[in-house]
Amino acid sequence: MAEKVGVYVCHCGSNIAGMVDVEDVARWAGENLPDVAVARDYKFMCSSLGQAMIEEDIKKHGLTRVVVAACSPHLHEKTFRRVCENANLNPYLCQMTNIREHCSWVSVDRAKATVKAKAMVAAAVERVKKQQPLEPMSVQVNPATLVVGGGIAGLQATLELADAGYPVYLVERRPSIGGHMAQFDKTFPTLDCSACILTPKMSEVGQHPNVTMFTYSELEEVSGSVGHFKVKIHKKARYVDEAKCTGCGICVEKCPRKVIDDDFESGLGYRKAIYTPFPQAVPRIPVIDTTSCIWFERGKCRACEKLCPTGAVAFDQKDEHIELDVGNIIIATGWELFDCRRLPQYGYGRLANVFTNMEFERMCNAAGPTGGKIVLRDGKTEPKSVAIIHCVGSRDVNTNEHCSAVCCMAALKFGHLVMEKTSAEVYSFYIDMRTNQKSYEEFYQRLLEEGMHFVRGRVAEVTDAARKPEEEGKLIVQVEDTLVGKQRRIPVDMVVLMAALEPQRDAKELGIKCGISCSMAGWYTERHPKLDPVATMTDGVFVAGTCQGPKDIPASVAQGAAAAARVMGMITKGAVMIEPVVASITEELCSGCRICNNLCPYNAIEYDEEKGVSRVITSMCKGCGTCVAACPAGAITGAHFTNDQILSEIRGALWDAHASAAAPAQAQAPAAAQTASGS
Amino acid sequence: MNPTPSTPTPSTASSASGKPKLALYWAASCGGCEIAVLAINEKILDVAAAFDIVFWPCVMDGKVRDIERMPDGGIDVCLFNGGIRTSEQEYMAQLLRRKSKVLVAFGSCAHEGCIPGLANLSSREEIFQAVYGNGQSTENPQELRPQVQTHTPEGEILLPYFYDTLRTLDQTVPVDYYLPGCPPEAENIWKAIEAIVSGKLPPRGTVLGPTTTVCDECPRKRSEKKIQQFKRTWQTVPDEETCLLEQGLVCCGIATRAGCGALCPRVNSPCIGCHGPNVDVPDFGARMMTALSSVLDANTPEEIERILTEGIPDPVGVFYRFSLAASLLRRSRLRKKEVGPGGNGGNGANQPTGSPAVEKASAARR
Ligand SMILES: Cc1cc2nc3c(=O)[nH]c(=O)nc-3n(C[C@H](O)[C@H](O)[C@H](O)COP(=O)(O)OP(=O)(O)OC[C@H]3O[C@@H](n4cnc5c(N)ncnc54)[C@H](O)[C@@H]3O)c2cc1C
Ligand code: SF4
Ligand code: SF4
Ligand code: SF4
Ligand code: SF4
Ligand code: SF4
Repeated sequence: MAEKVGVYVCHCGSNIAGMVDVEDVARWAGENLPDVAVARDYKFMCSSLGQAMIEEDIKKHGLTRVVVAACSPHLHEKTFRRVCENANLNPYLCQMTNIREHCSWVSVDRAKATVKAKAMVAAAVERVKKQQPLEPMSVQVNPATLVVGGGIAGLQATLELADAGYPVYLVERRPSIGGHMAQFDKTFPTLDCSACILTPKMSEVGQHPNVTMFTYSELEEVSGSVGHFKVKIHKKARYVDEAKCTGCGICVEKCPRKVIDDDFESGLGYRKAIYTPFPQAVPRIPVIDTTSCIWFERGKCRACEKLCPTGAVAFDQKDEHIELDVGNIIIATGWELFDCRRLPQYGYGRLANVFTNMEFERMCNAAGPTGGKIVLRDGKTEPKSVAIIHCVGSRDVNTNEHCSAVCCMAALKFGHLVMEKTSAEVYSFYIDMRTNQKSYEEFYQRLLEEGMHFVRGRVAEVTDAARKPEEEGKLIVQVEDTLVGKQRRIPVDMVVLMAALEPQRDAKELGIKCGISCSMAGWYTERHPKLDPVATMTDGVFVAGTCQGPKDIPASVAQGAAAAARVMGMITKGAVMIEPVVASITEELCSGCRICNNLCPYNAIEYDEEKGVSRVITSMCKGCGTCVAACPAGAITGAHFTNDQILSEIRGALWDAHASAAAPAQAQAPAAAQTASGS
Repeated sequence: MNPTPSTPTPSTASSASGKPKLALYWAASCGGCEIAVLAINEKILDVAAAFDIVFWPCVMDGKVRDIERMPDGGIDVCLFNGGIRTSEQEYMAQLLRRKSKVLVAFGSCAHEGCIPGLANLSSREEIFQAVYGNGQSTENPQELRPQVQTHTPEGEILLPYFYDTLRTLDQTVPVDYYLPGCPPEAENIWKAIEAIVSGKLPPRGTVLGPTTTVCDECPRKRSEKKIQQFKRTWQTVPDEETCLLEQGLVCCGIATRAGCGALCPRVNSPCIGCHGPNVDVPDFGARMMTALSSVLDANTPEEIERILTEGIPDPVGVFYRFSLAASLLRRSRLRKKEVGPGGNGGNGANQPTGSPAVEKASAARR
């Protein structure tokens, strides 16, 4: 039976009609394309009137297929599928063709654009005729959630979910949860003590009956899809038995090996080979760093083991690989600090009294290596002048193009702390002062009043080469003051570099595991930059906090809570429908060549040794088509993207070439030659 | 093919016996398919017993005019090997189509063009230039070329016209069945003949053979694939147990229709693809290329480029050795002035075809 196709060409106001003669396209489709029963154009096809028109046509004319030539299926495929469904037509018998983004917006010639739109409509009509009805599958949502990253964003998400009564698995790579906030002294703009607001949340998470923490652990593998992910966690050996350890700290005290702590203390302080990163760490269970432990180095010592009152130190502990089932995943892996050595002109690593922002945070912290005193690298001299350089590794095509969003405020916070704790003069070298959140501009005003000096310009160089007697023994900051319009050299005792926030170095790798993508720089890509900032293109995987882009604590917390709310929405719903656009393998066609076996980005393909064939696990397949393209035997079919559908679409797109090629008759060879040797 | 007038007319002979009539014909091919028919050994006698062989120019004398005189559909089965390169072959294909109830594209050349189809990378003029012009063993200072018509004092001499493009049989006339292979294996020929005799035939347009690929019949151990380097056969002696592809040899067994029993891999030689693609696969070479590129173990474009150019210096020869003429593109592009009669590249097909795969392919081209 011939199909009855309805073709609906949208004006999209003037978005499409401004460049494409939509009326002509609709008329032409109705008159020329085979099996088109109705063809109409309309101002806004997505409006309720447009939708009603299609619905009525389906019912009245008994349409069996629908083509909508309008905008991107990203925007309105759901809308028009719903229209079909309302009219009792299987939603997968509707095809959208994007004559806006793919035609009118990228064209300058109305006549050519109209021809192109016709080709696109013809392609869609040929394709839609070959489309098959598909039924979505329903999957139960596992109420457990995996949160990756125990910074403030991850903690907030964890608590929201746990407090609502749902189980949460929290995976943190470091020995303790807390993230960067645990390293700070005060937080802008209110200057409340970072530990005072963070540690209660940490211990709440640590003790919550609904939370299972895996610290010193990483996410190893993810398979499955929304509602029913299977995840594998790599729990590194701490060499301390978590069940026996009471957190008394005797092992740490007695450990003879002291090393520089360049993680938590940013290289300013020391820790032991067995350590907890900071006093309020959660859990308070130490870890042994095998790269510095004397036993691992030379096979001697084990003082910690001997002195532990509960016998908790366990040198025979092994890494564990734990498998869990979860319904949703929240990624909150935060940021990493820009390496200031990449900008040698600022002297970091070469000039002793150039510090990074994180070193300075630790220095200001009363629990930090200097006991909260602001001193030079010698550990005792108080600086008389301090320069704070903004945008180090930010807003610079050679390093990172992005604005790190928080360093202006952190610089102001530092200025305040220097003036509060010392009598030093403080200079801020900024390009633009970015203080655009609640109470931030007021904080800036406060610092102006407190007497911090502001110099507008990107610093060219920090040097110790003095040109004048007053520069002797100082660090000289060379800068063009763009407000005054002249070069300045400002001698100071201490320089603080506001190093940029960068994505985690392994962000891309983790993204691939979870099936989400990153921007070129490495920040995770949200589903929609404005309207869907915590969801991702992969259903059931959410992002929160700075792993999605630089932001401050309040915004990170808001995203953590938002991601948790989205997850709760899924759990409450109970079941999710999954797209039936999936791959399947026809066993009789499969030769078991195993080409497809490790191609699937979602691990949805398994090999049956016994039968010698491969199989797609339908509930895990996302219909990406990778395996479909690869299978040399043509044994894999991608539903909704079959050879037949695609080749028909191509044939449709080439309708005009087709029309002209069909015309010339097969040229004949000279008649006499035809049977030359025949008789 | 130089039939002498003394042969009895096939039509008389067959009408006397009442057995089904069989014809075999040889167009653009190497002749191996003819030998393959004989390779069914003593069973050839069974064939002779079951059929009246009315036309087999390679083996016995026969006249085209006798075929022309037969009623349409007068031949029960015609096994046609070879592709269509000349006007004469085209005529014979049309004639035998008309006269035969069942037309079988026999062997790779008729099925998908095979080695003669690789000449679709060149135009008629380039082929003539290579053969009659600057060929290494050619002395032709007058630049003589074969002429379709030559006047001599003795009379007119005629030669078939040589087309720019080699077409498969089904790009020329509708085909009922295909027997793949270069050449088809004796066992499969026998099975096909048996099926025809017993009338147990699959739907028209079917390629007679299994619907999976050579790996299925290959005894080698295989695992997940990751290829860092392609080797050419002279560069390595592969181990006898592991999948050859995993050892870096381009084995086309992954994409080639089974039926041969994995002849080549069993003797430590990679499958070269003579049985053509699996059912419903429109383009053999494209399948091979997407499959291999999917399992390359490389991260940068440069690395990929290196693996491909070092290991596969002649991609068309490797991926389209047998199927260029039947591929989606059919041939390299002809410059306008080169287009001669019947040689209009992929559009040269003048008939709807029997194979669904090829039909789609030609539809896509149109
Ligand atoms: C110098 C400085 C001062 C700042 N001061 C302030 C301030 O005063 N006020 C303010 O609002 N903001 C401030 N910020 C910004 C603040 O640091 C961030 O907003 C905040 O840390 C974001 O929290 P988060 O949870 O997103 O990331 P993070 O704090 O970076 O936490 C991420 C966590 O995930 C873990 N992790 C990473 N990768 C993995 C993995 N693969 N597997 C498991 N775990 C992983 C990390 O170990 C870490 O614990 C400051 C920033 C800087 C640079
Ligand atoms: S390992 Fe033993 S000594 Fe060390 S903190 Fe734990 S209980 Fe105390
Ligand atoms: S927040 Fe300020 S200091 Fe930080 S990168 Fe942006 S402009 Fe520069
Ligand atoms: S289409 Fe294939 S590769 Fe893609 S998700 Fe499905 S099974 Fe995996
Ligand atoms: S690639 Fe195709 S033939 Fe090979 S194992 Fe996978 S499904 Fe089977
Ligand atoms: S050697 Fe060739 S035919 Fe055998 S399994 Fe490997 S790819 Fe397949």
